[in-house]
Amino acid sequence: MRRFLLIAVPYLWLLALFLVPFAIVLKISLSDIALAIPPYTPTLDFSAGWAGIKAFFAGLDFENFVWLTQDDLYWKAYLSSLGIAALSTVLTLAIGYPIAYGMARAPEEWRPTLMMLIILPFWTSFLIRVYSWMGILSQEGFLNQFLLWTGIIGEPLIILNTKIAVYIGIVYTYLPFMILPIYAALDRLDESLIEAAEDLGCSRLSAFWLITVPLSRNGIAAGCFLVFIPALGEFVIPSLLGGSGTLMIGKVLWEEFFSNRDWPVASAVAIVLLAILVIPIVLFQRNQQKQAEAEQ
Amino acid sequence: MNRLSWFNTVSLTVGFAFLYIPMLILVIYSFNASKLVTVWAGFSTKWYGELVRNEAFLDAAWVTLKVAVFSSSIATVLGTMAAYVLVRGRRFFGRTLFSGMIYAPLVMPEVITGLSLLLLFIGIGLDRGVLTIVLAHTTFSMCYVSVVVSSRLATFDKSLEEAALDLGCSPAQAFRLVTLPIIAPAVISGWLLAFTLSLDDLVIASFTAGPSSTTLPIKIFSSIRLGVSPEINALSTVMIAIVAVGVISASLISKRNLVRQQQDEQAAARA
Repeated sequence: MRRFLLIAVPYLWLLALFLVPFAIVLKISLSDIALAIPPYTPTLDFSAGWAGIKAFFAGLDFENFVWLTQDDLYWKAYLSSLGIAALSTVLTLAIGYPIAYGMARAPEEWRPTLMMLIILPFWTSFLIRVYSWMGILSQEGFLNQFLLWTGIIGEPLIILNTKIAVYIGIVYTYLPFMILPIYAALDRLDESLIEAAEDLGCSRLSAFWLITVPLSRNGIAAGCFLVFIPALGEFVIPSLLGGSGTLMIGKVLWEEFFSNRDWPVASAVAIVLLAILVIPIVLFQRNQQKQAEAEQ
Repeated sequence: MNRLSWFNTVSLTVGFAFLYIPMLILVIYSFNASKLVTVWAGFSTKWYGELVRNEAFLDAAWVTLKVAVFSSSIATVLGTMAAYVLVRGRRFFGRTLFSGMIYAPLVMPEVITGLSLLLLFIGIGLDRGVLTIVLAHTTFSMCYVSVVVSSRLATFDKSLEEAALDLGCSPAQAFRLVTLPIIAPAVISGWLLAFTLSLDDLVIASFTAGPSSTTLPIKIFSSIRLGVSPEINALSTVMIAIVAVGVISASLISKRNLVRQQQDEQAAARA
C-alpha cells in the first residue's frame, strides 16, 4: 500500500499536469479559431453521447498546420530561431572552451573558487542578467560611451534591438552551461597522455588538437546541447534585446497567444517546435548515455 | 595540470570580466542620482527609498515569495518520492513513461509548458491566481529535484539500507533513520534549486498568473520593456546581493564541513 502511494502520487501529478495539458495542446492545434469562450471549436460535448464524440472528431483537421506552411512568418521564424540558436551555440563554445581549459589548468586550490564564480551568475535572476545588457548596449549606453571616449568610433553603434544583441544575450546567460560540462571533462583528463604526446614529438598545439579536444568531446557535446535546446525556444532574450526586427519562434508563439488570441495556431506552433526539438533532445540523451557508460 | 600559460590567464581574466562587468555596472548605476541611467550625477541611495515605498513591487515580491516557498516545498517532497521510486523501486507498470515524464519538462521550452498548463486550467475552469502558479512551478521544479536527488541515491551504498532492514527496521524507519540523513544535502540543494527556479520564472508565471497575482518577474518584465530604469537597477542590486551572500556562505559552510570530515577521518585513522 505504502509503495503504491509512493509511486502513485508523483505519477498522477505528472499525468495530470504534464501529459494531459500536452494532449490538450495537441487537440486544440487541430481545432479552429472561433469567437467564443473558449475561443476555439469544436468543444467536446459528452452530454450528446456517442454522436457528440463523433461530431467532435469530425471537427478536427490539420488546417492550422497547413496555415503554418502557407504564411511566410512562421517558417521564417523557425529558420531564424534555428540559425540564431546554432550560431550562438558556436559562439558560446568558442568563448566557453578557453575559460573551461584555463580553469582545468589553474592551481588546485583556486578551482573551488573559480567553480563558485561560474555558478554564481546561474543563481542570479535570468531576467536581471538580460536586463543588465539593455543599459550597456543602448545607443547612449555604457559601451557606446566607452568607445566614443576612446575614439574608436565617431558615432554611436546601434546594437540594442538587433540580432547582435540577441547573440550577446544568449552567450552571456548560457555560458555557465557550456563551461561546466567541458570543465568536468577536462578535469578528468590524464595529464600524462599530453606529456607522452609531447615526448613523442608533438608540439603543444598539436597535442592540444590531437589529445585534449578529442578527449573532451563528450563535454563539448553536452555543453552545446545545453545551450542549443533552450536557446531555440527562447522568449525573454529576443523580446528584450532583439527588438521587433528579430524573429524567433518563442516570441511568435507568445504574440499569437496573447496579442492575436489565436489559440489553435499558437498550439500548432508549439507542436511543430516540439517536433523540431525531438532531434537534438534524442541526440543529447544518447550522448549522456555514452558518457555514463564510459565512466563505468 | 598546474601550468597556467599566458593564454590561460588571459582567457580566465577576460571570461570572468565578461561574466561580472555587466552586473557590476548595474550595481554602480543603482546608486546614481540621475533619472537618466547612463549619465552619472553623483552618489545617491534615493532609488532604494523609492523601491521601499513602491507598493506594487512589494506586493509582487510577497506573491513571488509565497509561490516559491509552497511550490519548492511540494516539489521537494514529490521529487524525492519520484527519485526514490526510480532508483530504488522495482519495476512497475508504466515505469518508462514515468521516467520520460520526469526528464521531459527539463528540456521543454517554457513557452510550451506555460501554454499547455494554461489551456488545462481554462479547460477545467480553475481561476488563475496564486494556486495555478504554485501548481505550474511545482510540476517543472519537481523534475529538477528528482534529478538532483536521484544522482545522490544512485551513488550511496545500498547495503546501509539493507543492514537497517536486517536489524529490524521497517522500510519507513530505514528511510527515515538511514536514507534520509544521507541524502539530506541533495534534498536541501534540490529545494534551493526549486526555490530559485520559482523566484526566477517569468514565462510560465505569465501564462498561469491571473490579474490579481502578479509575480515580481512579471512586474519587472513589464517595466523594463519600456526601457532601463534606476529603480529596477536598485531592485536588481538587492536581489544580486541576496544571492551572492547565499552562495558564498553555502560554499564556505560546505568547505568547512569537508575540512572537518577530513580531520575526523585522520583522527579515526590514527586511532
